[in-house]
Amino acid sequence: MQKPVQPEPHAVQHKDDSFLQGVKDCLPTLLGYLSIGFAAGVVEKTAGLSIAEIILISTLLYAGSAQFIAAGMIAAGNAGAGIILTILLVNLRHLLLSAALSPFFRHLSPLKNMLVGALLTDETFGVAIQQSAKRQAIDEKWMHGLNVTAYLNWILANIAGAYLGQWIASPEALGLDFALPAMFIGLLVLTIASRSKYKLDIIVALIAALVAVGASMLWSASIGVILATIIASTLGMVIEKWK
Amino acid sequence: MEVRPDIFFIILGAALVTFIPRVLPLMLLSRISIPEWGMRWLSHVPIAVMAALVAQELLLEDGRFARLTTNVELIAALPAFWVAVKTRSLLGTVLAGMAALLLLRLIF
Repeated sequence: MQKPVQPEPHAVQHKDDSFLQGVKDCLPTLLGYLSIGFAAGVVEKTAGLSIAEIILISTLLYAGSAQFIAAGMIAAGNAGAGIILTILLVNLRHLLLSAALSPFFRHLSPLKNMLVGALLTDETFGVAIQQSAKRQAIDEKWMHGLNVTAYLNWILANIAGAYLGQWIASPEALGLDFALPAMFIGLLVLTIASRSKYKLDIIVALIAALVAVGASMLWSASIGVILATIIASTLGMVIEKWK
Repeated sequence: MEVRPDIFFIILGAALVTFIPRVLPLMLLSRISIPEWGMRWLSHVPIAVMAALVAQELLLEDGRFARLTTNVELIAALPAFWVAVKTRSLLGTVLAGMAALLLLRLIF
């Protein structure tokens, strides 16, 4: 019983698929994570969170923009339900990242896919999508190497920011308070640049900006984000269908 | 080193509503499929959320429209946008924005 010789994708790509290779492929993103995580730690500290609370939020929430928003809203004395609803909306984009990655993890059980998705971020998604261009499936071990490296780096950066934040009298003087809007500007531009439908994306962005500002002045910042997202996404869908 | 109960529940709730969208499509998408219009709607969400947050950060101050003549954040956003478009680097964008704001605050 001789089977025809077929190249086994896993055997061929074994070297590329290891946990360690995932760690290595994460390295280019570490500095970016480090600076934003550090800024997050400083902002969380100045928002009045304790070191233990900062470790908790970076370990459990593990989401850059959401942590900045949570810190800001906690400092401003917002109600818990409003904070959680805002973060749900801000992090709803993970649905799409997770959905886009799912074809490459069909070989895994739902439980293993849960572990892959639990540490999914914009940056690890970006690296993983690049990896997927070369193959049909992404190795679980490689993905964990990528995810865990980014995760540990993030937590350490938050703690470092929290400790050093105590010695920084005014983060504004260092321009650190601008790390968040600048990160959103970067993510917005990078996302638009990666999609090759600039016109529609820019229209959606402008509608969202307009609604966000108007609704925030009328009601509140969290309602502003919610309304802007729903209205701009719906109009984007309609314009796309209509063309 | 203490964790206040109300903060604990905010973090727990925020973590839960973040965890579910992260894992659910990966876990279920091989079984159920999102209709085409749903995917289309979802595809606009990242842009809409980010644009809304940028607009709020740059244009509002304590829930009001920030005065354009004193809005250094808005001016600092221009080099940040420029670096983002030119370099496609998240870190570069953050550093450019912070440096620009630092410089503007020294001048004004």
